[in-house]
Amino acid sequence: MSNIGKAFEHGKAFIAFITCGDPDLETTAAAVKAAVENGADLIELGIPFSDPTAEGPVIQGANLRALDGGITTDKIFAFVRALRHDVKVPMVFMTYANVVFSYGAEKFISTCRDLEIDGLILPDLPFEEKEEFRPLCKRYGVDLISLIAPTSMNRIAMIAKEAEGFLYLVSSLGVTGMRTEITTDLASIVKVVRENTEIPCAIGFGISTPEQAAKMAGLSDGVIVGSAIIKLLEKYGKNAPEQIGAYIMAMKEAMR
Amino acid sequence: MTNPNGRFGIHGGQYIPETLMNAVIELEEAYLHYKNDPDFRRELTLLLNEYAGRPSRLYYAEKMTRDLGGAKIYLKREDLNHTGAHKINNVLGQALLARKMGKTRLIAETGAGQHGVAAATAAALMGMECVVFMGEEDTRRQALNVYRMKLLGAEVIPVKTGTATLKDAVSEAMREWTSRISDTHYCLGSVMGPHPFPTIVRDFQAVISEEIKEQMLQKEGRLPDAVIACVGGGSNAIGSFYHFLEEKSVRLIGCEAAGRGIDTFETAATIATGRVGIFHGMKSYFCQDSYGQIAPVYSISAGLDYPGVGPEHAYLHDIGRAEYVPVTDDEAVNAFEYLARTEGIIPAIESAHALAHAMKIAPTMDQNKIIVITISGRGDKDCAAIGRYRGEDIYE
Repeated sequence: MSNIGKAFEHGKAFIAFITCGDPDLETTAAAVKAAVENGADLIELGIPFSDPTAEGPVIQGANLRALDGGITTDKIFAFVRALRHDVKVPMVFMTYANVVFSYGAEKFISTCRDLEIDGLILPDLPFEEKEEFRPLCKRYGVDLISLIAPTSMNRIAMIAKEAEGFLYLVSSLGVTGMRTEITTDLASIVKVVRENTEIPCAIGFGISTPEQAAKMAGLSDGVIVGSAIIKLLEKYGKNAPEQIGAYIMAMKEAMR
Repeated sequence: MTNPNGRFGIHGGQYIPETLMNAVIELEEAYLHYKNDPDFRRELTLLLNEYAGRPSRLYYAEKMTRDLGGAKIYLKREDLNHTGAHKINNVLGQALLARKMGKTRLIAETGAGQHGVAAATAAALMGMECVVFMGEEDTRRQALNVYRMKLLGAEVIPVKTGTATLKDAVSEAMREWTSRISDTHYCLGSVMGPHPFPTIVRDFQAVISEEIKEQMLQKEGRLPDAVIACVGGGSNAIGSFYHFLEEKSVRLIGCEAAGRGIDTFETAATIATGRVGIFHGMKSYFCQDSYGQIAPVYSISAGLDYPGVGPEHAYLHDIGRAEYVPVTDDEAVNAFEYLARTEGIIPAIESAHALAHAMKIAPTMDQNKIIVITISGRGDKDCAAIGRYRGEDIYE
């Protein structure tokens, strides 16, 4: 059992996704601190992957910029070790299965525990394949976060029953990225989730405006925002943390 | 050889976003239903025979045999199929299956363009919409195939991300599939990706070895001593190997693209230089760095320019049932020219990798031995690129 539950103890949670090393780790640290100071309840740290198949163009760009800047899993581990002195909210890693597998799953997951990383989100590890890492995650007390998609239908109950930490509800078909409209019937999905688990459920993919955040928070326990934050990093670079702080404050305000 | 979870030993599996899980489950159910359905089989056989021109010839390359002075050489002429490559075998099967499933739109990735052309062809024939994703780099290398796809009514989307080659085209096709599933079938072109694709594509390509076996028994009254095919994802190779897997006397040899050499970074020889990893929906061997970042690979052949290999090949390598050998650009280009001059057959540069290896081993074998080389495709598409490789100023 990790600390993820704490992120949901003060009302609706705001979960901020930030790619490590875009444009550099100093900026990532400043962005994480700005996010937490302005109300982010949980930080999702992206470990870049060369071929992020679940990402839209914005986060793909962040992955490639970070890798071009020479970021590696080891550099990110050292960075998180230092960051943990200042950042006390729950944090999870979001990356792809090969990054964990190739590092050595046990070495990767045991390091997560040392770094007080609470969970792991792997978009290319569906229910059928979670045994790949789940036993190690259990051993080291790292929650393996499950995702539910608009197409999950008959799979929702099965996934929810075994979910840990929080459930990541994917709002729409397709890859990550901002959307003007979210049309999935999320309320019915959340209803099935609620019938099958006590753990919180947060909605992500396509959320960028305070209006969307308010609406999605109304349907669930929290919202996950990635591309909109990465977009600020892309636009403002080293000066983005201040913008990110202001943005998250506005989003949190709308969710109250 | 595959278990219910789509595993080949440790390889295979379904490492894909949750959004696609019901789509691959639905596909598996439909496939299991139709693969033994007599009507489906009849329809597919009719298409393969009447439309694609099967069975393809097993040609005794007498001049080549005499010239190399060793084993007797037969060529399995997949290049004579409609659209000029083995890709049509799989595409007709998948398009028919997709139509039975009520899908009206095919999406596909393509490297050299042969699979894209085959998909566009099947879509035209069956009245389906078709969108092909192709790395921008490959659209330049294979401009003629881009035009052919458009001529057949397909939309071709140049993929600019990453290395702008086959792996990026696969990633982009997967992204497209997650955004539009209900009317769309992802017609994957090789024995790769998440289960059930490696099994479905293998089964549709297995017609190659089924025919080789029958034709060989007819011509020689016995099985060949070796079957050689090129391997990118590995669909023509698995198709050539499949019906010989239990015939332990038949050596199965897959030829990977070594590019400028396996001791350089400019290679695509996955089994020779890669490590086990998880990518594009499967566990298998991949060219990658020490942190699991997928390596930018290189081969003169756009169809073999892929950093992974199908999971069943990874397994056949692990258990030692098949051998995998690297073949360089230079060796493949020499073989390409050799077959043109010796037999009057211009093979695809992909297939020339298999030929090149056969040219190495045939002279070392007794004259009573028999080698079958699968000529997976024809080489018209490669002429301009090989011309340029030889310093000629040719553009399509």
